[in-house]
Amino acid sequence: MEKRFMKGAEAIAEAAVRAGCRFFAGYPITPQNEIPEYFARRMPEVGGVFLQGESEVASINMVNGAAFGGTRSMTSSSSCGISLKAEGVSQAATDHLPIVVCSVMRGGPGVGPITGSQQDYWQATKAHGNGGYKLLVFTPESVQEAVDMTYHAWDYAEKYRNPVMILIDGVIGVMMEPIELPDMVSDEFIAQNKAAKKAAYAPGPREDGRKEKHPINVSDGGPMGRNHADWMKYEGWKENETDVEFYQTDDAELIIAAYGISARIAKSAIGILRSEGYKVGLIRPKRVYPFPTKAFADLCPKKIKGILDVEMSMPPQLAEDVDAATKGAIPMEYCLTSYGVIMNRDDIVAKAKEMLNK
Amino acid sequence: MEKIYTRPSYIREGATSGFCPGCMHSTVHKLVGEVLDELGIVNKTVTVWGVGCCILGAGYTTHDSFGSPHGRACAVASAYKRTNPDEIVYTYQGDGDLASIGIAETIYAANRGENFTVIFINNSTYGMTGGQMAPTTLVGQKATTAPFGRDPKQHGYPVHVCELLATLKAPYYLERVTCLDAPNVLKAKKAIKKAFQNQIDGKGFSLVEIMSNCPTNWGMAPLETLEFMKENTLKEFPLGVYRDKDAE
Repeated sequence: MEKRFMKGAEAIAEAAVRAGCRFFAGYPITPQNEIPEYFARRMPEVGGVFLQGESEVASINMVNGAAFGGTRSMTSSSSCGISLKAEGVSQAATDHLPIVVCSVMRGGPGVGPITGSQQDYWQATKAHGNGGYKLLVFTPESVQEAVDMTYHAWDYAEKYRNPVMILIDGVIGVMMEPIELPDMVSDEFIAQNKAAKKAAYAPGPREDGRKEKHPINVSDGGPMGRNHADWMKYEGWKENETDVEFYQTDDAELIIAAYGISARIAKSAIGILRSEGYKVGLIRPKRVYPFPTKAFADLCPKKIKGILDVEMSMPPQLAEDVDAATKGAIPMEYCLTSYGVIMNRDDIVAKAKEMLNK
Repeated sequence: MEKIYTRPSYIREGATSGFCPGCMHSTVHKLVGEVLDELGIVNKTVTVWGVGCCILGAGYTTHDSFGSPHGRACAVASAYKRTNPDEIVYTYQGDGDLASIGIAETIYAANRGENFTVIFINNSTYGMTGGQMAPTTLVGQKATTAPFGRDPKQHGYPVHVCELLATLKAPYYLERVTCLDAPNVLKAKKAIKKAFQNQIDGKGFSLVEIMSNCPTNWGMAPLETLEFMKENTLKEFPLGVYRDKDAE
């Protein structure tokens, strides 16, 4: 473990390098430029490849090309750029390519402002591209968590042969924090992993005679079999791959629902509220897909007076999944910002008091 | 008895190409297969298929290949080749794929001088989708989306890929050929072989544009398409070498 003081975007890039990522392609867009810029400096040091694509669309297809050959590969972008990458991510989902996509949210819809937001929750969890596929979507609340989630992202991507998304907001991307970096994987691991992955799902040449694999045409059990298998994979995630933090929820009468930077700010608000005797807790999805439905479904309507949805998005997006989990049994109110305006701790405190003082 | 002619090992035994009768795609596949056998590289060759009629090759050939979304073959191939520099990589694309939706990916792969080969079939139409106007459709030529013929005032003029790429410094080899008769087929094979040899030698981006026909969507008998090409297509798209750094 190595301790450093790093900006979120650069820490994510370094964690990826240490996980064995040896191909990165991206296209400039604020607020994530520090990620490709870091890779551009770092990849030559580790024998990796950095390519600045001519567009977001080209970049994601480059990432897929590298993944076909077994190389751990990654791209990053922001909001409207992630929209453009939907083509390639959808293709990676059907080709079962274990790529990692870092989505650094800025305001929207459309081009939007360049400051941090949380307006791409639906984009990440519901319908990024065509065809009905799902991503594992990791949502760190700190630079350290972003490092840890990125470092392990390929383990999940390769286990499930599915794209993984690291979903952060512009705040975590530009925030500097002290972190512990994981160790670099060995060159032997990188070589073995590449060869194994290539043999498993890439079309590369084989010494034992030619055996073509065309992902568009080839699937076990025909084309419908592929869709069915993917559906079962996503269903399995709901059982095995949710990740959620319960923060001071044991005696809570009000539950804040938040993820990412909003959850971080909410924790600070809870400190103030608790010091004044307000029993407030937080349920924080560390992954927004698969959504931790049970965490919210298990809340007791007799004990919990309300849920305060805190997110940097209008309309609220996380709120829909929370409401679906409780089946509307617990009244929900909102503390929201949007269009690149950062959440204010005092607004959370005020809204929580208002709900509990009713 | 000596065997003097055989099916290239790249073409799957017993397979039918799926291409329409009279279409030059089949000829080009045979030429690519012969070249890969002659250069002894078929076992380390990977194809990145474009989208359109070209994808029919996926079920017809034996070697390793994968598809790419519409127009993205050159981006996918760039990354695959850079992370697997010991393999031979080529894209197989039509004119809608390469010169319209994928024009950016094509230009930038060429401009980076990526060391792979592009086999580009230009038949002046969107074949698989049913004859819509292509970037290469001739002025006056009818298409389902230009039912009165291509009108420069409305649609602009045909896009000339070799000429366009020849404005860039990086591409190593650009040649336009055709397969409409035996002498030209031999020239086309020579060009394809050179484009693969360049890659083996690490020379960089090589593209062979093969002027082709589409009897089905042009609404002509195959022999009529050959006459049409001589009278029209090859006048708009002159054959020849547009870049050869070997000769410079």
